[in-house]
Amino acid sequence: MASSDHTILQFAPSSTALSAKVHPLVIFNICDCYVRRPDQADRIIGTLLGSVLPDGTVDIRNSYAVPHSESQDQVALDIDYHHNMLSSHQKVNPKEVIVGWFSTGFGVTGGSALIHEFFSRETTNPIHMTVDTGFTNGEASVKGFVSVHLSIGDQQLAAQFQEIPLDLRMVEAERIGFDILKTTAVDKLPNDLEGMEASMQRLLALIDDIYKYVDDVVEGRVPQDNKIGRFISDTVASLPKLSPQDFDKLVNDGLQDQLLLLYLASLTRTQLSFAEKLNTAAQIL
Amino acid sequence: MWSKLKGSLCGCLVILKIIKHCQEFSPALVTGQLLGLDVGSVLEVTNCFPFPAREEDEEIEAEGANYQLEMMRCLREVNVDNNTVGWYQSTLFGSFQTVELIETFMNYQENIKRCVCIIYDPSRSNQGVLALKALKLSDSFMELYKSNNFTGEKLREKNLSWVDIFEEIPIKVSNSALISAFMTELEPDTPVTQCDYERLQLSTNPYLERNVEFLIECMDDLSMEQQKFQFYYRNLSRQQAQQQAWLQKRRSENMNRKAAGEEPLPEEDPSNPIFKPLPEPSRLDSFLITNQIANYCNQINGVAGQSFSRLYLMKALHEN
Repeated sequence: MASSDHTILQFAPSSTALSAKVHPLVIFNICDCYVRRPDQADRIIGTLLGSVLPDGTVDIRNSYAVPHSESQDQVALDIDYHHNMLSSHQKVNPKEVIVGWFSTGFGVTGGSALIHEFFSRETTNPIHMTVDTGFTNGEASVKGFVSVHLSIGDQQLAAQFQEIPLDLRMVEAERIGFDILKTTAVDKLPNDLEGMEASMQRLLALIDDIYKYVDDVVEGRVPQDNKIGRFISDTVASLPKLSPQDFDKLVNDGLQDQLLLLYLASLTRTQLSFAEKLNTAAQIL
Repeated sequence: MWSKLKGSLCGCLVILKIIKHCQEFSPALVTGQLLGLDVGSVLEVTNCFPFPAREEDEEIEAEGANYQLEMMRCLREVNVDNNTVGWYQSTLFGSFQTVELIETFMNYQENIKRCVCIIYDPSRSNQGVLALKALKLSDSFMELYKSNNFTGEKLREKNLSWVDIFEEIPIKVSNSALISAFMTELEPDTPVTQCDYERLQLSTNPYLERNVEFLIECMDDLSMEQQKFQFYYRNLSRQQAQQQAWLQKRRSENMNRKAAGEEPLPEEDPSNPIFKPLPEPSRLDSFLITNQIANYCNQINGVAGQSFSRLYLMKALHEN
């Protein structure tokens, strides 16, 4: 795009949107919409909703697809649909505003500039997110862009898409558990104790890893790393120092409390089933 | 007649949407609509959308209906299944067994033969548990609810007890291949997840405290209900005694009349107030409260079980 060497090329750098945080729901929604796209369409386009955090990071929390039609060099977006959907979404959560738009496919394509211009009218400095549903490079790339205006003097030349870092950490998705998310079918959701068991196993594995690492360092098989050493000592130090008697008392008190509650709960349940039997057996009339 | 509903199949998208909506508005309770397909023995829930926060105003209620139609229309345009298959709602500490839930269910049931209600509990989620439940009303209960007849006799006849009000439907999770590919790609195998941190939190006491508090409240309610029944039975037996006395009197009177050669008076007198049948209080409330109590007990059991493991883990760690 920047071809001229003689005149001064001005980049108007974007003041905000240095990085963006993407919630897993957005990716899920885009994937779902892509699967459900119309027969003739190659990609889907849609709106990203969210908010700008105080530190300038854009928090992308929600999204919806907008029907569009595309020919060689033309893109027609259903603007009515976009506005209807926006007002519906805002009824539920007024805090979520337009922060940008997404399309599937790898990187920026020719038509993107036009759509980006449209979204620039809806919000200042929109983010363009691309989700590569086709796995072009053999990997799932999710990229975020902001546009930077190129101008010579006062004359607007073009807009350049500049990539910005995306934060794809998925704390919310972790609540469901990746075992469920990564496979295509799960028959049963894990219950309390199964989840606990899995967590404990992971903890044990971690402790084993640490043991192994420390042993290796002590015996000189692995070069030492002060940083890791500090982390380990911090972790060990975070255990409160208690005398064995105090600790025993603490644990036993906890156990007693829980046992009492369990007892109470089972008592209540027994009582309920008694009442149930009596109620159905009672023939007072 | 349709076959029995064996399970509901949820897309992860739906679960994430529900979690997002419920978590954002917690502790306020929110609801939303589930969309999907009814395929034989399973109900596929493929999408959902949230309802705006409910308000009592009638005008706003009409607007809510408009919103619903608009949303369905919009979603249809992007090829989302637009059959309603039920609704979801959030709950606090699992206190969802209310008359309102049943009423909503009956409303939905009028239009759609098969529907489910997915219940999500944000308070439980803070402990690393995915507290998602799919419920439906049992058929026999629905029949009974339609006739609005919750007397003891009827319940005995139907052999319906409090356990039979709600049926829990197992939730299966399915993802499109695309989504699972993305997840595998984007999320490296981290050794520790948020869930693990939350599960290993030692402080469950506030949660248990609240649970016990609610349990006690329910107990109070239940004893109120019991008193209602006692009152009813006392009145009933008093009435029966009165009836007997009246009958005795009438019979002896009739004997006298017979002796005197007169026509005997009828042995029943509908105009007399003591023959008016006393209305039996509905057992629905006490059933629901019992359900609620059982639920709290289960939750306490679950959390206590987790705490045990945690405490022993702590002990082992400390000894090391």
